[in-house]
Amino acid sequence: MYMNLETIVFYLFSAIIVISALLILFTRNVLYAAFLLIFTFLGVAAIYVFAGADFLAITQILVYVGGVLVLLIFGVMLSHRLAGEPVLSGQHNWFIALLLSAGIFVLLLQVILKGTFYFQQPNFNTGNIEPVNNSTIKLLGFQLMTNFVFPFELVAIILLVALIGAAFLARKQALNQG
Amino acid sequence: MITITHYLIISALLFSIGIAVALTKKNAIMVLIGIELVFNAANINLVAFSRYDQTMLQGQVFALFIIVVAAAETAVALAIILKLYHHYRSTELDKINQLKG
Repeated sequence: MYMNLETIVFYLFSAIIVISALLILFTRNVLYAAFLLIFTFLGVAAIYVFAGADFLAITQILVYVGGVLVLLIFGVMLSHRLAGEPVLSGQHNWFIALLLSAGIFVLLLQVILKGTFYFQQPNFNTGNIEPVNNSTIKLLGFQLMTNFVFPFELVAIILLVALIGAAFLARKQALNQG
Repeated sequence: MITITHYLIISALLFSIGIAVALTKKNAIMVLIGIELVFNAANINLVAFSRYDQTMLQGQVFALFIIVVAAAETAVALAIILKLYHHYRSTELDKINQLKG
């Protein structure tokens, strides 16, 4: 089977994603899992680059690695007494969970391998997209301001409400009850 | 040559691992990590299909909305976890077993 460089790098990033996700599954240390999540998110960003979504890859790195991961690590720090021992998570339901997820994976694999995908533009099936001329930023901004302007405003309101709600929930309790 | 099948298989693997993480762990933050893996798997699917939609990019726009909503969801979930920790002095989910604490 002929392997060019692009395919090899793709498999490399896929291996990073799957191995770090599996390590998250089998580790008991919550902080290790949070740091392994960095590799998963960066691998997913690389997969986005392969799929021609440059802006989304940058957004993935900014929002997930820069935002969500820092939030998670702050959550670990604030919700445990760090007295020298590692933060361990209990585990249960191994049999049912592995059976269920393996079943879901086999089902999805059957659908993926046996299904035939028809696309409106079959010339893109080969996957050779010019990387320089096809930056998605301009089109993405155009789409957000024209066809998707209502969901855009809605998601802005959701973000505002969620952040105010999170700050309200996590505050010190003594304000209302005193 | 990388076809759509590659993306879909990676996404299916990540999805099932995320489901397994969310089901096996007892710590609430670990469950949240599993849910993040599932979000990323869904986003890979959307972005991969969006590659064949060069004039509209609807999949990428949808993935962008998913990223924003996932960030908001993580912030609210961590606030709830902190609140639970103040109540129960634990984030293990099977120790949180009463509604009116």
